[in-house]
Amino acid sequence: MNQESSLWSDAWRRLLANKAAVAGGIILLVLIFLAIFAPWIAPHSYSYQNLELGAQPPSSEFLLGTDTLGRDLFSRILYGARVSLLVGFVATSVALVIGVSWGIVAGYFGGRIDSVMMRIVDVLYGLPFIIFIILLMVIFGRNIWLLFGAIGAVEWLTMARIVRGQVLTIKTQEYVLAAQAMGVSNIQMFRKHIYPNILGPIAVYATLTIPQVMLLEAFLSFLGLGIQPPMSSWGTLIRYGVESMEEYSWLLIYPGFTFTLTLFALNFFGDGLRDALDPKISSD
Amino acid sequence: MLQVILKRIAIAIPVILIVASLTFFLVRMAPGGPFDAEKVVPPQVMKNLNAVYNLDAPLIIQYRDYMFNLIQGDFGPSFRYPGRSVTEMIFTGLPVTFELAFYAIIVAMIIGSLAGVIAAVKRNTLLDYVPMTIAMIGICMPTFLLGPLLVLYFGIYLEALPVSGWGSLPGDKILPSITLGAAYAAYIARLSRGGMLETLSQDYIRTARAKGLPEHQVIIKHALQGGLVPVVSFLGPAVAGLIGGSFVVETIFQIPGLGRFYVEAAFNRDYTMILGTTIFFSTLIIFFNLLSDVAVLLMNPRARSQT
Repeated sequence: MNQESSLWSDAWRRLLANKAAVAGGIILLVLIFLAIFAPWIAPHSYSYQNLELGAQPPSSEFLLGTDTLGRDLFSRILYGARVSLLVGFVATSVALVIGVSWGIVAGYFGGRIDSVMMRIVDVLYGLPFIIFIILLMVIFGRNIWLLFGAIGAVEWLTMARIVRGQVLTIKTQEYVLAAQAMGVSNIQMFRKHIYPNILGPIAVYATLTIPQVMLLEAFLSFLGLGIQPPMSSWGTLIRYGVESMEEYSWLLIYPGFTFTLTLFALNFFGDGLRDALDPKISSD
Repeated sequence: MLQVILKRIAIAIPVILIVASLTFFLVRMAPGGPFDAEKVVPPQVMKNLNAVYNLDAPLIIQYRDYMFNLIQGDFGPSFRYPGRSVTEMIFTGLPVTFELAFYAIIVAMIIGSLAGVIAAVKRNTLLDYVPMTIAMIGICMPTFLLGPLLVLYFGIYLEALPVSGWGSLPGDKILPSITLGAAYAAYIARLSRGGMLETLSQDYIRTARAKGLPEHQVIIKHALQGGLVPVVSFLGPAVAGLIGGSFVVETIFQIPGLGRFYVEAAFNRDYTMILGTTIFFSTLIIFFNLLSDVAVLLMNPRARSQT
C-alpha cells in the first residue's frame, strides 16, 4: 500500500512541476465548474428569443453579444459546455469500459483468445468509423444517447491495445507468477495485482481520448448530424456562427475560441499526466 | 516481402466484403422505406417503385443481387435522383475530392516535414519551440473552425481570395487546400520531429559525421530516410481523416466533391447513395492503409528482414 501511494505522490509532484499541464488543469476545472453551475451563473436564459433585439455585439448587458434570434451568447456557450463536456466524459467512459475489459481479457488469457481478439481490433482499426457513425445517425435518428454510444464504441480500440500490452508485461512479473503458484484466483489476481498497475496508463489515455471525442461530436454537430436544437453543443454554436459570420463575426469567434481553448487544455493536461505517471514514455 | 503483401491483401478482401454486407443490412434496418418521405402514393405506384428498385424481393435475394452487382462495380440507382446511378455520382465527385486531398497532402508534407526536421535539428531553440507551438494549435483547432476563420480573414476582411467554388475562379483552390492540409501539417511536423530526433542519435549518424560529411549532407543523405518513416506510416491512416475532413471542407467551400455528395445523401436519406459511398470509402481507406504499410516495409530495412 505504501509503495502505491508513493508512486501516486511522485506522479503528483511531477505533474505540479509541469506548468503547461497545471494551466490546462486549472482551465478544465474552471470550465467544469461553469458547466455544472451554468443555470446559476448564466446571466440570461439560453433559449429565450428576443427577435426585436436581434444580433447585438458584445456589451456590458450581453458579455459576448447575442445571436440572430436575440439569445445571449455567453449563456449559450455555458450551456453548450454542459453538452460538449458531457459527450466527452460519457463517450470516453463507454470507450473505457469496452477497451479495458477487452484488453484485460486478451492480455490475461493470452494464447489463441488473445490473437483472435487482437486480430479483430486490427481489422476494426482500418475501418472508416466516422462514416459508420454518420450512417448510424442517419438510420436511427439523431439521438444524443446513440451519439454517446456510437462515439464510445469507436474510440475503445487504442485503449484495448494499451491495456493488453500492459497486462502482458505485468503477467510475466515474478510476483504475479508467485501469486499464481500459490493458487490465487483470477478475480483476486486482477484486483490485487493487475488493476493497480494499469490504472496509470488508463487515466492518461482517458484524458487524451476526451478531446478526440469532443472533436468528433463537434464535427458531427457542425455537419448538422449531431446534437439537435433546441439543445446546443459547441459544435452547433460554431455551425450557427459560420452561417452568420459575415455580419456577426463574434458568433463564430467566441464559441470557436472556447472550444479550441478546451481542447488545448485537455491535450496539455493529458500530456502532462502521461509524463508524470510514466516518465519512461517520452512525449515524442 | 511479396508474401507479406499478398497476406495483407488476403486479409483486406474479406474485410471489404464484410463491411459491404454489414452496411447493406444496416441500411435495410432503417425504419420506413426510401419513398416514405414523399407524398402518399397509390399502392400500385408504390408496388411498381419497389419493383423497379428490386425492393419487393426477399432480403436475401436483394443482398445477393446487390453484392453481385457490387463486384462488377455497379452500386445501383440513386433513390433521390432518378435516372442517375450511384456509380456515376461517385465518379463525378471523386476527381474533385482526390484533387483537393492531393493538394492538402502536398501542403501538409512540405510544411509539416520541413518544420519538423528543422525543429529536430535546431532542438531546444526558438526554431523548435515556435513551430511546435503552432503545430499544437493546428492539432487543437478543428477544420470546421479553421476554414471559416480563413474565409473570414482572407476572403471577407482582406478580400484577397475567393471563398467558394472549385476551379471557377483563380485562386479558389488555395483556401480549401490549406484548410484541409493544416491539421496534417501539424501532425506531420510532430511525427517528423520525433522520428528525426531518434534517428539523429543513432550510431550511423555519428559515423557519417565522424567521416567528415557536412551537417546538411548528414541530414539529407542519412537521417531523412529513417526519420520520416513515422510520417509515411501515418499517411495511410490519414486518408481516413482526409475523407472526414473533405466532408467539412467541401461543405464550407461549396465544392462539388464526393464528400459533399455524401453529406447531402445523409441529409436526404438517399439510402443507396449512402450505402454505395460508405462501401466505396471503406475500400479506399483499407487500400491506402495497405499501401502505407508496404511503403513502410520498403523504407525500413529492419522491418523488411523481420517479416
